Amino acid sequence: MCAASTVLKIENVRIALAGHDLLHVDAAIKPGEVLTVMGPSGSGKSTLLAFIGGFLDPVFSASGRIFCSGNDITFERPQARRAGLLFQDPLLFPHMSVGANLLFAMPPKIKPQVKRRQEAEASLASVGLEGYFDRDPDTLSGGQKARVALARVLISQPAFLLLDEPFSKLDADRRDQMRRLVFDQAKQIGLPVLLVTHDRADAEAAGGTIIEVGITRNGQ
Amino acid sequence: MRITKNLIKYTIAFAVSSVAMSAAALADPDAKNWDAVLTEAKGQTVYWNAWGGSTQINAYIEWVGDQIAEKNGVKLVHVKLDDTANAVAAVVAEKAAGKDTGGAIDLIWINGENFASMKKQGLLFGPNWVQQQPNWQYVDYETKPTIETDFTIPTDGMESPWGMAKLVFFHDSARTAPDSMPDNVDQLLKWAELNPGRFSYPQPPDFIGSSFLKQVLIEKVADKSVLQSDAANVDFAAVTQPLFDYLDQLHPSLWRSAKAFPKDYPSMSQLLADGELDITFAFNPATASSAIKNNELPDTVRSFTFSGGTLGNTHFVAIPYNASAKAGALVLSNFLISPEAQIRKQDPNFWGDPTVLAFSKLSDNDQKMMQSLDLGIATLKPEELGPSFDEPHPSWMTMIEAEWAKRYGVAN
Amino acid sequence: MLKYAPAFALGILAIPVVSGLAGTLLPAFGYLPALGGTSFSVQPFLDFFYQPGISQSITQAFLIGLIATIIALVLVAAFLAAWYGTRTFRAVQHFVSPLLAVPHAAAAFGFAFMIAPSGFLARLFSPWLTGWERPLDLLIVNDRLGLALIVGLVVKEVPFLLLVSMAALPQTQALKAVQVTQALGYGRMAGFLATLWPPVYRQIRLPIFAVIAYATANVDMSIILGPSTPETLPVRLVGWMNDPELSLRFMACAGAIVQIAVTMAALCCWLALEQIAGAIARRIFKTGVRFSRDSWLRIIASGSIITSALLIFGGLIVLAIWSVAGLWQFPDALPKSLSFRSWSQTLPSLIEPLLTTLVVGLVSVLISIAIVLACLAREQQTGNTGGNKALLLLYLPLLVPQIGFLFGLQLLTLSVGVGASWFAVIFVHVVFVLPYVFLSLSAPWRSFDKRYDAIGAALGASQARIFWRIRFPMLLRAILAAMAVGFAVSVGQYLPTLLIGAGRFATITTETVALGSGGNRRIIGIYSFVQMMLPLLGFIFAALVPALLFSKRRAIRGA
Repeated sequence: MCAASTVLKIENVRIALAGHDLLHVDAAIKPGEVLTVMGPSGSGKSTLLAFIGGFLDPVFSASGRIFCSGNDITFERPQARRAGLLFQDPLLFPHMSVGANLLFAMPPKIKPQVKRRQEAEASLASVGLEGYFDRDPDTLSGGQKARVALARVLISQPAFLLLDEPFSKLDADRRDQMRRLVFDQAKQIGLPVLLVTHDRADAEAAGGTIIEVGITRNGQ
Repeated sequence: MRITKNLIKYTIAFAVSSVAMSAAALADPDAKNWDAVLTEAKGQTVYWNAWGGSTQINAYIEWVGDQIAEKNGVKLVHVKLDDTANAVAAVVAEKAAGKDTGGAIDLIWINGENFASMKKQGLLFGPNWVQQQPNWQYVDYETKPTIETDFTIPTDGMESPWGMAKLVFFHDSARTAPDSMPDNVDQLLKWAELNPGRFSYPQPPDFIGSSFLKQVLIEKVADKSVLQSDAANVDFAAVTQPLFDYLDQLHPSLWRSAKAFPKDYPSMSQLLADGELDITFAFNPATASSAIKNNELPDTVRSFTFSGGTLGNTHFVAIPYNASAKAGALVLSNFLISPEAQIRKQDPNFWGDPTVLAFSKLSDNDQKMMQSLDLGIATLKPEELGPSFDEPHPSWMTMIEAEWAKRYGVAN
Repeated sequence: MLKYAPAFALGILAIPVVSGLAGTLLPAFGYLPALGGTSFSVQPFLDFFYQPGISQSITQAFLIGLIATIIALVLVAAFLAAWYGTRTFRAVQHFVSPLLAVPHAAAAFGFAFMIAPSGFLARLFSPWLTGWERPLDLLIVNDRLGLALIVGLVVKEVPFLLLVSMAALPQTQALKAVQVTQALGYGRMAGFLATLWPPVYRQIRLPIFAVIAYATANVDMSIILGPSTPETLPVRLVGWMNDPELSLRFMACAGAIVQIAVTMAALCCWLALEQIAGAIARRIFKTGVRFSRDSWLRIIASGSIITSALLIFGGLIVLAIWSVAGLWQFPDALPKSLSFRSWSQTLPSLIEPLLTTLVVGLVSVLISIAIVLACLAREQQTGNTGGNKALLLLYLPLLVPQIGFLFGLQLLTLSVGVGASWFAVIFVHVVFVLPYVFLSLSAPWRSFDKRYDAIGAALGASQARIFWRIRFPMLLRAILAAMAVGFAVSVGQYLPTLLIGAGRFATITTETVALGSGGNRRIIGIYSFVQMMLPLLGFIFAALVPALLFSKRRAIRGA
């Protein structure tokens, strides 16, 4: 278990597919900081996120260690790692209302029901979606969905954020708006953020360290 | 699916046989002492295994159950069979398992082959309980010989008559004139040759189809008496030669040139309604009338028989030797031959099955009731049904069916 | 628990088949102590081959099955080639797909009621066009060559082959490949057959083999439409197996072994035809001939598919009319009056088989879906789909002729004392329901976006919570659809119910076939109507539940 506002340490992690090394990362991310991993598709950068989140597809093999606030979480169940995930699609649960999506994510220790609802409403307001609690996710615009996804991941009180090209499907002006929203919120709460992207503008907006992978494919 | 039943019965029987044996000592009821039978029957449950394929007959049996529950305090459970052979097999299995009392079946609706086999294997209660029933006094055993001789096998008072069956032909008077109808199988052949494709019979071993073969055999055989004994003991080929000569001659004129046959009576009846066939036949004279009521046949359909005689038989009820509720079964059987039950059974509104009772032996009131029955527009009156031919020994049917399959069941 | 699910599922499929085959093989060689067979001999085979007309029955089963499959596949391939990707195609597809749910027996009766000399088609055109006041004396249904049976089988298998072919077609690039060939001047059909059909065919071989196995060994459709003098091999085998004369069962088992050989021979023959057809096709496409004028062929292709669908649909409607018909004589196109008398007379005896059908269907579907979900969940954990071997095992009960192992299975269930029990009947239904449920659900399950699971887990949800709160509701439509398919399969089972239920478990289907051999069209109409309504209600239920449950969730509520 790792506490909030901590350091995410990626120690000497290597990902391989069928005997071929895909990437190698060794880094530490401080609270509020963003580490960007850049590379073309197929470079294994999303696999790195999966490894850290605990969903590594069995076809890949990985070595190295992940530490959260000094605790080794490499072999933890995904449920115990408290990773906050954002993908390029918002992936809202289509069978739940916007509010129910948030309530599903909210830790159970927040009680009673009235308070849970209040927190969810407040969270929606913080991403500019006040009064959207009962809406069907499918009736929202792309930008609104992305903001609900952000609210959902933040309300789960994650220890760190793992972002997998979260802005790539938004149109240009929304993309900028969304980047600022995500990075501001992360900084405010003090979450370490790992961003993988192929878009240099994402990396520049994040403002942190950039690691490029996939350039020496099959060369190692 | 008898093996299932057999195996299950075996297992159950082994488990309970020791218990049953110790409780076996109870004496069988004696029909001569009817009051004692009535007393013993009160409160018993009678499991009656009877073919359950007709909603009309099932409803009639339900009525019987209501009656004997009210009159005699006997509870009736109708175990609906698709094939009576299953009930016979069950008793065989019980006997093999040594379950000589407390059997699962108290009464079986039975005749012919199944009766012959149960009687031969000693699986029946009796003999001579049948004539001791109080209502036997009404039964017409004098002029209806099939009541005491079932497919040439003497009943020996081991099965009690329930109803009569007789081969009756049907035609649609809107299409064919009544006086153009044949009066024996030879005329039928001529008629078929003049009207190709308008006659057929259900494919043996269907019961009705096999009965037609027997009708031809009886009319064509030189010496009818030979049919009374086991077919295995005579020159089968020689005796049946006229039958197969007849069929060879008839088949080219049959429906579909005998390349296919109706599957059973209902299929054949449908073909009459469609106008594909002009002559059909069945074993229950009331069948056509009830089909008219059900809109299955036009109301112009009429019945006829052969003046020289057609195949007739009787169906019965019998009690297995190891029945649990023999007294109750006796009470039930006696009720089945009561004027009240028989008149209702003859009523086509309920069933339309001809009575086993003698009209002359009924009370004035019952005679009036019997006469007032509207048998239906297409049903012949009992006196119009003509003489009956006795059924041949059961072995004939089996051997003829096999020979038929060899000759005609395969395309050439 | 989940770890053992795949092995358990394969056991459920393989053990009955394998042990059933053994159970058929022993009596076939004279060994069955319960019936007094204590030594081995070939007498059952000698008895079998001595039966009158047996070679004819065998030839018919072989040829009818093979020819019906060839015609059905040619029709489907031609139709796909001619119309795939067009609006006509989608319209016909919507029209044909529901036919998949129509049980074989109901389809066969409907078909017979259409084409018989006194059937609906003849009535429709008589006497004003044909001049027939009375039906012709023509042997159409139950003809000796089995033509009616062949057409019936074709009509029933076309929707199945069409659906599996479409599932195998790669959606997006598909049309582009055809467009490329068209740009080269090839006709639409030639282009499709040259580029898209070969990979599709490779993927639908197992379903085709299942069709061959069914067509060579089916009982229900053969009883209704097939030749009767003599009957096809499988029908005669079931007759012997059900004969009160128990000794005939040795011969029946010997015949079941022959039936397996017949089906195997048909499969081998198919493999040879495959090679020949492939070689011819390769040679033709090497010539560069363009076959650009195919519009007449395209019309024939769609015409025959539509006709076959119309025959079944029309037949079903005619069945429904017969069930409420008053007097309806030839050549009246419609009954003179309507009457519910048959319904009210039949209803009491319908209830018990209806309940049995529902209980067996629902329980076997619930068991199957539980096993399938467990297998798929396990597959998700390990990432191992089992590949072609697992698929072959899944198809096993569909590839081995039912008679071949059901005879043995019946004798086995009896000897271990579970014969003719609810357990045995439901179990044998699961054997046939499970593969279909798996095949229907595996595709949507596997294409489910795994990132939802990742999000759920990252949000701290347990495996169980992820399953019940995310996967299950999101896949509910697919799960219910798979269950509806399974239910339709269960409802349609004739032989397994008859044999393993030892005739004591009457379902709507066993009653339909049994009563149908009698010719009362009103009763057949009622039973067939109920028989086809059951799967239909299943599919309606499967579509309606998510629609109601998620009425406010546009993305997943479906229709």
